[in-house]
Amino acid sequence: MNQLLQKYPQEIQAVLARYPADRKRSAVMPLLHLAQQEPGYITKQAMLEIAEILEMPVTDIDSIVGFYTLFHEQAEGRYHVQVCTDLPCALRGADEFLRQLCENIGVKVGETTPDGMVTIEEVKCLAGCHRAPMFQVQGDGDISYHENQTVESAAALIQDLRNRKEAA
Amino acid sequence: MSAHRILRHRDIPNIASLETYRANGGFEGFRKAVAGMQPGDVLNEVKLSGLRGRGGAGFPAGVKWSFLPNNLWPHYVVANADESEPGTFKDREILESNPFQFLEGLMIASYAVQAHDSYVYLRGEFWQIAKLLDGKIAELEQAGLLGEKLFGTEYSLRLHTHLGAGAYICGEETALLESIEGFRGQPRLRPPFPAVYGLFGKPTVINNVETLANVPGIIANGSAWFREQGTEKSPGVKVFSLSGCVNKPGNYELPLGTTFRELIFNYGGGLPEGRNIKAIMPAGASSSLITADDRALDTPMDYESVAAIGSTLGSASVIVLDDSVNIAWMVNKTVEFFKHESCGKCTPCREGTYWMSHITERIVKGEAGKEDIDLLNSVARNMQGKCLCALGEFSTMAVVTGIEQFRADFEKLQRS
Ligand SMILES: Cc1cc2nc3c(=O)[nH]c(=O)nc-3n(C[C@H](O)[C@H](O)[C@H](O)COP(=O)(O)O)c2cc1C
Ligand code: SF4
Ligand code: FES
Repeated sequence: MNQLLQKYPQEIQAVLARYPADRKRSAVMPLLHLAQQEPGYITKQAMLEIAEILEMPVTDIDSIVGFYTLFHEQAEGRYHVQVCTDLPCALRGADEFLRQLCENIGVKVGETTPDGMVTIEEVKCLAGCHRAPMFQVQGDGDISYHENQTVESAAALIQDLRNRKEAA
Repeated sequence: MSAHRILRHRDIPNIASLETYRANGGFEGFRKAVAGMQPGDVLNEVKLSGLRGRGGAGFPAGVKWSFLPNNLWPHYVVANADESEPGTFKDREILESNPFQFLEGLMIASYAVQAHDSYVYLRGEFWQIAKLLDGKIAELEQAGLLGEKLFGTEYSLRLHTHLGAGAYICGEETALLESIEGFRGQPRLRPPFPAVYGLFGKPTVINNVETLANVPGIIANGSAWFREQGTEKSPGVKVFSLSGCVNKPGNYELPLGTTFRELIFNYGGGLPEGRNIKAIMPAGASSSLITADDRALDTPMDYESVAAIGSTLGSASVIVLDDSVNIAWMVNKTVEFFKHESCGKCTPCREGTYWMSHITERIVKGEAGKEDIDLLNSVARNMQGKCLCALGEFSTMAVVTGIEQFRADFEKLQRS
């Protein structure tokens, strides 16, 4: 049984309709985004199901998941807090911001809080350089930007994320 | 200052609503084109305007459109909304705050080359913008501005968004096409060029978001109106993304040919108290560094003038470095970026960015000697001209120009 197809029949139809009928595999990224929404990462099962829907080799899907940084191959925190430390942000104190934030929360870059809720990551430019320090939060099928942050505002937001129970 | 032409939401706050956009002349250009002009006439008007691509290379848009052969169909237009060059955040503002002007530009471009399906490729982080655009596209369908038989003609058009998933290289146009087609985003060998063999193997135009946002005004008001601003060879206004060591970082819409000094000191509020300007990176992390002397500061920011002082305007993401910044540290940051973003398809770039990052890391940690600076320089120079796409070349710019202009900064960090 193809669970993805069962769960999102309309969404999948709408995605497929965007591309020429003989170019189904164009839908692979939209379907991966869809598959990631709930579990927060791409399960092996989802890859098999997408391969079936799009009639493409599952090994190709695996390599696509590996290529793009927003697709996650394993379960990490429910929320990825991704702080930009690229050059323009770094010129406005992003490296120090990230260091203090990690200290405040008690995890290192790449680690997840013990409750499994938040993974802290360091990322490249997010097109928000004029409002550094800034980060994005990926999780629950959404990506939101948080700009002009202080260590206090970021720590408060992370606490808020950790207190969430149900998916928003 | 005169009214904005691209960042119009700063004058008309609610312009992201269809009603307000239309009340302010929105979709007049598209209606005029589809209902009253031949595709060739639309193309010609854009050619006459001299509009140059705002995504980096500055190639004339009308000329690009005219490359599509008329014996190969269908044609496609793809808007490049991947915006990932460090220091660039202009397309994001256009998409978030003035989305209909961008969509109208894409629609006019589609009509000009007779494309019936066009795509917007967005970087994956623009998740919410993709949702916003999907909503705007649905509104346009309901309003009869997208769909079948537009304005009672035979012309039909559909727009689709396609969300990436975090890869700078997908901004490179052929990698972008690979990504839409469901492959890893790795550049294609050229020729053939996308104008002949593009999306799904068909003739394709790829334009930047800001380039397209210029098109409605050109069709509605004419190419002469467009040329009122800017210079002869670089006509029009440009959105400059100003970042780094300035008091008021942000986007500034100014005529091409505005000087660096005006942008940084008049609009950007200058540098923080007690700091002096040291260098400028006019094209984000991909820049050839410019030492910020008086001559550089008085250089007009147009494609020719910036090239004349040994750099490039690129997408006009101006990063300001002050005298507290060590250039070797800056170079390490840019090289880290390119190492992370190299797609790995060709050896010089994959290995070169790895080694450059390894060496610059040692330099900033104070573990390197004089011979390492020379090694870094030679690795960079050896990559030049050998990479499959421009990313490899970009990764060497700050390295080579940084060592050339500020070698002392590298030596300062040398192990004793
Ligand atoms: C590594 C690399 C990254 C690029 N990133 C972008 C980008 O994010 N946005 C963009 O519009 N063009 C980008 N470009 C330029 C595109 O390849 C292409 O030239 C441009 O989208 C054409 O549009 P224009 O003529 O309207 O500028 C990039 C090029 C390279 C080599
Ligand atoms: S130059 Fe770099 S990014 Fe471009 S194709 Fe080669 S490895 Fe990929
Ligand atoms: S450098 Fe951080 S958002 Fe651009």
